[in-house]
Amino acid sequence: MRNIWAVASNTFREAVRDRVLYNLVFFALLMMGAAILVGQISMGIEESVIVSLGLTAISAIGILIAIFIGVGLVSKEMEKRTLYALLAKPVERWQFVLGKYGGLVMTLALNTAAMAVGLYLALWMVKHPLEKSDGYVLVAVYLILLKLALIVALAMLFSCFTTPFLAILFTGAIYIAGVFAEDLRTMRAVDIAPSTMKLLRGVSYVLPNFENFNVMATVAHGRGVPATLVWQDTFYAALYAAIVLAAAAMVFSRRNLK
Amino acid sequence: MPFGSIAAGERPCRECVDDASRLSNNSSMSIAAIEIENLSKEYPHGFLHLKKKRSLENLTMEVQPGEVFGLLGPNGAGKSTTIKLLMRLIFPTSGTARILGKSIEDVSMHQQVGYLPEQPYFYDYLTVAELLDYFARFHGWKAADRQERVERMLKKVGLETARKIQLRKYSKGMLQRAALAQAILHDPQVVVLDEPMSGLDPLGRREVRDIILELKKEGRTVLFSTHILSDAEMLCDRVGVIVGGRLRGVGAPGEMVGIQAHGMEILFELDGAGKTFALLGKATKTGERYRVQLPEAELYCALDQLKAAGARILSVAQLKPTLEEFFMNLVDADRAQASAIEVSGQ
Repeated sequence: MRNIWAVASNTFREAVRDRVLYNLVFFALLMMGAAILVGQISMGIEESVIVSLGLTAISAIGILIAIFIGVGLVSKEMEKRTLYALLAKPVERWQFVLGKYGGLVMTLALNTAAMAVGLYLALWMVKHPLEKSDGYVLVAVYLILLKLALIVALAMLFSCFTTPFLAILFTGAIYIAGVFAEDLRTMRAVDIAPSTMKLLRGVSYVLPNFENFNVMATVAHGRGVPATLVWQDTFYAALYAAIVLAAAAMVFSRRNLK
Repeated sequence: MPFGSIAAGERPCRECVDDASRLSNNSSMSIAAIEIENLSKEYPHGFLHLKKKRSLENLTMEVQPGEVFGLLGPNGAGKSTTIKLLMRLIFPTSGTARILGKSIEDVSMHQQVGYLPEQPYFYDYLTVAELLDYFARFHGWKAADRQERVERMLKKVGLETARKIQLRKYSKGMLQRAALAQAILHDPQVVVLDEPMSGLDPLGRREVRDIILELKKEGRTVLFSTHILSDAEMLCDRVGVIVGGRLRGVGAPGEMVGIQAHGMEILFELDGAGKTFALLGKATKTGERYRVQLPEAELYCALDQLKAAGARILSVAQLKPTLEEFFMNLVDADRAQASAIEVSGQ
């Protein structure tokens, strides 16, 4: 645990010093601009527009960070050979993988929390005082964070055995496929052979179901999110990420560093 | 075959290596600091990775406790491959290795091993003090202990004044010193240095040499790779020469070249001009001095001639090839063998 924490805290420090959190400035400007604009053009739906826009921005910025920095976590260390001296210390490779993962998830958590504060400030600008139902936004933000944690795990897995470019491509493809996993499962088409349908349905169960984590529309309309869904999503994300990270650690444990 | 010599193209037998170890060390009964047995590494290559390229072939050698051992070889010979295998940065195709009696697969082995990578590069957003503190955390020391060790190391490698500068602003020499500091931060019994003098100016090389000598004085075992032969001659108790992925010789630098002593050299002056004798025809003149090289069997005959001619003999010395010549002979033999195989293959 000590080794994992050491790697994680250094990864967090790296993200902060490499100015990853600068995206918050962009987010703050977006939210302020939106709050001013929405106040002028929308009639009675300001809250809904601000929440939708804010959650979409939190999700999109988070996905970009999760994919691009997630892929770079291991590959950059191999490319720059910073890993050589580290792995010659009494540290297991799986500890390194988990530490890097933990560090980026910590960074994303801070980033997401800061953006959530920005979203609440924008909400406060268009309507105050805030209501109890506005608290649902926090649930949506939490589910976005779970989604991001899953994307980081996938990005790390791919970066353990392929080039950064391909890892970005694969992670992006899995994300897009995962968003449509539910549609794939429920799809009915007459011109597709039953065997192909079975295969597609099987694939849909293996893909991470990212739509599970999407409660933006519900929250934007001031409706609550069932507690069961939150627990199920938490368990699903933890289990899926654990499996993906175990695979990443296995691959990386046998990887030759040239 | 004499000790230390392994002819090009032949594989060193275990007995040769053991003989080498015994002859150059009195502590033959103790456990070797580093034991390598039949270590091989192949890399797949080609479009479908179906072809194999062998980087290291059945390497068997030992490094005794407290000795400075130099791994010599041209670029691409397999020196770094050997070191990376020992550090588990890459995995062997076959063979085993132990450091201080522990298998290299055992990660706890690293508690007693320090490693300096070739052309080290570290997290450039950190200062050297932060870097050392980060690495120290993997040894489980408390914050106060870590700080004390970091301070001691910074002083040892002369980076106290640069402690607050980010590594991205360091020069090559400063980075090398930071790399040395992290390698010896935990007072390891075995220190493995991959090309520690590479890219350094004469001053930097001297500093690294001094640190290696200090490590030796402290009784630590040092294994380092280099292609700078003068460094190896100056620092090493023993050297191993790797060419084309194979170990071609192990022994003390002097012994390795000594077995190939090939003749004598006489340095003399002649008082009067116009004297002629047979030996003079073979001599080369530099200033007022003459130098002549001849087989050992002809030495006394030559001395008689010089005495008769009234020459003043300044020195008589045995002609030994330098480590560089020994090394180059092996490299040339390897290249000749490789091209012969290529021709026969065609």
